[in-house]
Amino acid sequence: MDTKFLLQVEKVSKVFGYGFLGRIKFRAVDSVSLYKEDEPKILTIAGESGCGKTTLARIILGFLEPSEGAVMYKSRDIHRLKPKERLWFRREVQAIFQDPYETFNPMRKVDAYLYEAAKNLLELKNPGEASECVGEGLEFMGLSLKDVEGKHPSEFSGGQLQRMSIARALLPKPRLIVADEPVSMIDASMRMNIINIFKELREKLGISFIYITHDLATAFYVSNDIGIMYRGSMVEEGPAEKVLLERHHPYTKALVTSLPQPGKRVEWLKRTRASGMEIKEFLAPGCKYANICPQNFEKCMKERPPMFTVKGVKVACWLYEGQ
Amino acid sequence: MSKAKYLGIMVKVYSVTRNIYASKIKFRLGFMSLIVILLLGFVVSFFAPMDPRRIYAVPKDLPPSIEHPLGTSTMGRDVFWELCASIRNSMVIALMTALIASHIGLFIGLIAGIKGGTLDRILMFMTDTFIIIPGLPLLMVVITVLKQWITLPLLGALISIVSWPWPARQVRAMVLSLRERTFIYTAMLSGMGMAKVLLREIMPYLLGWHLINFTNTILFAIGMETGLGILGLSVLGENTLGVMIYWALNQYFALYRGMFLWIGTPIVASTFIFISFYLTSMGLSEYFHPRMK
Amino acid sequence: MELILKARDLEGGYTLQFPFQGSTQASQEYIDAVSNVSIELYRDEVFGIAGESGCGKTTLIKILYGYINPPLTLKQGSVELYAEGEKPIEISSLGLEEHQRRVWWKRISYIPQASMNILNPTMRIRDHFAEMLKIHMGMGKEEAYPKAQEYAESMGLPRDALRAFPHQLSGGMRQRAVIAMAVLLKPELVLADEPSSALDVITQRTALTFLKDVQRGLGNTLVLVTHDMGIQAVLTDRIAIMYAGKIIEIGETAGIFEKPLHPYTRALIDSLPRLGDKSQRTGLGGQPPDLRRPPAGCRFHPRCAYSMDVCNREDPQLLEKRDGRHVACWLYA
Repeated sequence: MDTKFLLQVEKVSKVFGYGFLGRIKFRAVDSVSLYKEDEPKILTIAGESGCGKTTLARIILGFLEPSEGAVMYKSRDIHRLKPKERLWFRREVQAIFQDPYETFNPMRKVDAYLYEAAKNLLELKNPGEASECVGEGLEFMGLSLKDVEGKHPSEFSGGQLQRMSIARALLPKPRLIVADEPVSMIDASMRMNIINIFKELREKLGISFIYITHDLATAFYVSNDIGIMYRGSMVEEGPAEKVLLERHHPYTKALVTSLPQPGKRVEWLKRTRASGMEIKEFLAPGCKYANICPQNFEKCMKERPPMFTVKGVKVACWLYEGQ
Repeated sequence: MSKAKYLGIMVKVYSVTRNIYASKIKFRLGFMSLIVILLLGFVVSFFAPMDPRRIYAVPKDLPPSIEHPLGTSTMGRDVFWELCASIRNSMVIALMTALIASHIGLFIGLIAGIKGGTLDRILMFMTDTFIIIPGLPLLMVVITVLKQWITLPLLGALISIVSWPWPARQVRAMVLSLRERTFIYTAMLSGMGMAKVLLREIMPYLLGWHLINFTNTILFAIGMETGLGILGLSVLGENTLGVMIYWALNQYFALYRGMFLWIGTPIVASTFIFISFYLTSMGLSEYFHPRMK
Repeated sequence: MELILKARDLEGGYTLQFPFQGSTQASQEYIDAVSNVSIELYRDEVFGIAGESGCGKTTLIKILYGYINPPLTLKQGSVELYAEGEKPIEISSLGLEEHQRRVWWKRISYIPQASMNILNPTMRIRDHFAEMLKIHMGMGKEEAYPKAQEYAESMGLPRDALRAFPHQLSGGMRQRAVIAMAVLLKPELVLADEPSSALDVITQRTALTFLKDVQRGLGNTLVLVTHDMGIQAVLTDRIAIMYAGKIIEIGETAGIFEKPLHPYTRALIDSLPRLGDKSQRTGLGGQPPDLRRPPAGCRFHPRCAYSMDVCNREDPQLLEKRDGRHVACWLYA
């Protein structure tokens, strides 16, 4: 096993059945492989809704078992851990979620989760030690224990709750944080505060992130590497700047040009084709994007393309065969 | 549990009840009527000058008077004291049923919902089997077989056989939807184990429903007992609402003979009890699950 | 430029009742959602209303549209609709019923955030169009159906979409159907409230370019309410920025993005990450104020890096600067 990788996602697939007796199967995640080096870097998994990025996140966090393939963290299969190891995994890998108001149980006090983390993950049974630890964690995020103590989630703003969520995730001093759309429910003017925190955590504390988002602008701003997903498959992968500026895969191109940005008015107002029936695309025998792709040809409809390497970027597209 | 914690819970229950009482008319009405019923059944009944089970203890077929406020029956029982005892005993049966059924249902629903997989399938198979079998006929058969050993508590336990499956299904459904909520993941990421997640994260959402279900089960049991009673399948040796109707209706033809007090009293009483519990349940439901406009 | 709508000194908000919160008395609170707002809308323009959660833009739209239902109340102000050669109608004084009869769909249309708020799940798409033709143009069934078909096809909606029920269509297609319905009777004003926030980036582009094409074709006025500054930048001609119930800046889109005047506008635009630019961006600190107890003076002053003494005493008015720009800030008074 390669020990230079922090996280290895090996051909992971997740199959869901639906329809009568669950007989029609569709692959929410289709044979995705990812490799994250053991260096503090931010890897973004980007795509629109339904592309499988949240399902993949759940598999990486160990909440969902893959139908095929495996996830290895520090060379250990995370779905086959012994109970003691599971605790170790929880300390190493943490998560932040999209909806700050759902991240905490509306019926419980917010600090309860911080204390739980202190007690279960750090084994601080002494209440004094636990308070100290929790207090420090909150202060690091610009909050004080006094303001947070005994309050319910509804008493805070979205931005504050998200900071508390990060504080909670940081308590066990993790190596990797999976952030699932952490700023899409935060007001635009306050998003950069949270994103900048991620940058700081990477630079100062050496924490890696897997940042899941549909917003390519923040992805460009903060990531080292990026993977673009479409209908369950990884279609392009590589260093963020290269992928987003060179735009090899037609879908990447469509995604980037569809981003409404000041100064890009004329290009943006040109016509495009929207996606068709979703399920049909999931079950397509060839390339899943072929149906709408403006550059498709026969081979695309019949055979699924493997990853080709083009100028240091991996692209799953027949256009780049033999390069 | 420490004394302080216990006291804390008592105070909380009291203040919540006061809150519901103050805010929901239905609950207020239902609760007041319930108090009346419980007083009649559990306090007043102990002052009966005679054992209401004894027949021919008083002159029969008397019209209402000061001595016998609701008259007397053809069996020589004072209708008023018979009523009080009947309320008490019917409530005992119903409480028994509610305690057993609602908690079994809660327990099974929790386990099935949280565990999933094969265990869930087995439990749901059992649950569905019981749901499909019609309750009244099943009970009729079982009680006929066990007729000689039938007592108040036993009848309560038997009725619970047909009332546990529904809460099991409902609780399971609630657990299944709660299980997918983000804060469950947060709890797991904070190192909380399955048992703790159940207790601290999921249970608070179920308690309100559980209380309502408890109340509804009492309702259901009263109705069931009355129905069984009319068929002569209740505890005939005791006074219950169903038994009272049985004697009046079937054996002594009170209806034909115009003895409206004797036959009317248990019917009005059980209707009254039914409505009180229904209003209480509705009030609780409005409080715990307010409808969004 | 031809004026089509004038809103003057609007004051509106929500009156909330709180029964039995611990005490035995019911209490009341007023959320000051729209405060002293005046707007002028012209023909053949796309007017953007931008702002974040709680700024009052949705309330403002409801007031302009005339959908004023308790707990929403319009305390003060008027909305006048202008038409060629006619006297302006004060639509803010009309009741809901009159609005429905005379104004909605015919003169002002509303596109909500969730398309399912307008679409009837039990009716096919073509029936939605037919219904509108029947009700508003008095057409009989035989006439309405083919007319609806014709119209929808002219709008670029495919045949299968017409025959389908709403839930069978994708979000993007539904939104296009809703847009087509909204302009069926050729209203002078279309109010779109976050028309694409539920859609993916690529679908969003399709739906919004469609909306813009429709506006260009009819030459009417489109008001686009969205917090997404990127969308504001590519679609609108003029923008009004709202904060805590007040309009703090209005101007031509290009100008506002190039040189935002109000500190809030500046913070909003500066915090937008741009693809291709990795330079450090900072967000705004603090939180928007509680509109039950708005701060004294300028509502933005607690978070403003440039606040002066006068800012916490007096509320700045919206004043006109060069090039049609209006700013409500003591820095420019």
